[in-house]
Amino acid sequence: MCEICGCAGDAHVHIEGNILLNQSGKQIDVLHAMLHDNDHQAEHNRAHFDAAGVLVVNLMSSPGSGKTSLLEATIHALRGRLTVAVIEGDLETENDARRIRAAGAKAVQITTGNACHLDAAMVHAALHALDLQGVDILFIENVGNLVCPAAFDLGQHRNVVLLSVTEGDDKPQKYPVMFRKADLLGITKLDLLAAVGDFAPDRAAFHLRNLANAAPILEISARSGAGMASWIAWLLTEHDARQHAHKGVHIHA
Amino acid sequence: MHELAICEAVLCQVLAIATEHGAGRVARISLEIGPLAGVEPGSLLSAFPLVAAGTLCATAIVEIQTAAAEVECTICGAVSGVKPNRLLCGACGTWRVALISGDEMQLRSVELFDLEPKQIGRHLHV
Repeated sequence: MCEICGCAGDAHVHIEGNILLNQSGKQIDVLHAMLHDNDHQAEHNRAHFDAAGVLVVNLMSSPGSGKTSLLEATIHALRGRLTVAVIEGDLETENDARRIRAAGAKAVQITTGNACHLDAAMVHAALHALDLQGVDILFIENVGNLVCPAAFDLGQHRNVVLLSVTEGDDKPQKYPVMFRKADLLGITKLDLLAAVGDFAPDRAAFHLRNLANAAPILEISARSGAGMASWIAWLLTEHDARQHAHKGVHIHA
Repeated sequence: MHELAICEAVLCQVLAIATEHGAGRVARISLEIGPLAGVEPGSLLSAFPLVAAGTLCATAIVEIQTAAAEVECTICGAVSGVKPNRLLCGACGTWRVALISGDEMQLRSVELFDLEPKQIGRHLHV
């Protein structure tokens, strides 16, 4: 019997005086990652990078913290040792790709329009314009943003997050999702530390550890060269590790 | 505002499931989003109707469960509830902990209907 109107008959709902069949839905359990398609594409990218023997680093930070300057200095420092290529992500302009090419490395620019982050499909599309033959390290310079890029796997092997001394040393506390994902934290623009005055690298380290993140923390100035030796040493170690991992795959295959 | 991109990713998956099951419409979409997923549930709920307009999901109710952030200490083994920016052991205070819950970003289930609700007649209230 209908509880609303008391009439006999099958259950029905009342909507604006019409009688509707009270259909029951079918629940389907999915239990998939919400970004399943992106994750799938990222795994595809990673397999492609592994087959090419390339170490891929996703470089993330807020805008203006020195990602491109660090890459320019890195390309110079690695010259004659390892070949670097860069995928540049920006909302507009080809400016950063031009700077990277002027420094002597191959660069592909992705202009995302209004998109605030790169995703795995964008990186995949960029790979069609980038020959990985002879490339040892591929940097993906993500869109300057401490929020959105953290959610999207691109197929990288390592996440490097930069924090410049002209920003607050409490950024890891404010943006835990991004900083928790860092495999290395680079504190950049170290040459400005004295002028800034109130940035304490120890406090930035404290806030990073509070995210249960044991990542190495390097203090770097791309301008003065301070800390560049440690950064280059980390890259060489990571590159060697990838080469060994890759050879291991071949031996077992 | 990457929530729009995430909505599109969810919509794409749900529409594929609905089509696979021959559904006429999607009534409910259940998501689980942890505080360390980097997704703002409120923004997601606002954005979803925009991307779902004109699809089988246009009238779907989006439900979001939020899991608590929890860590397990690698030193003393204690499990503690934590704030997203203070992942420390509640018992011994160390940061050497492993996140065991809080970064979920999962499409849990969908509720499908075969057809639009069928009108079987005009009810007369006498």
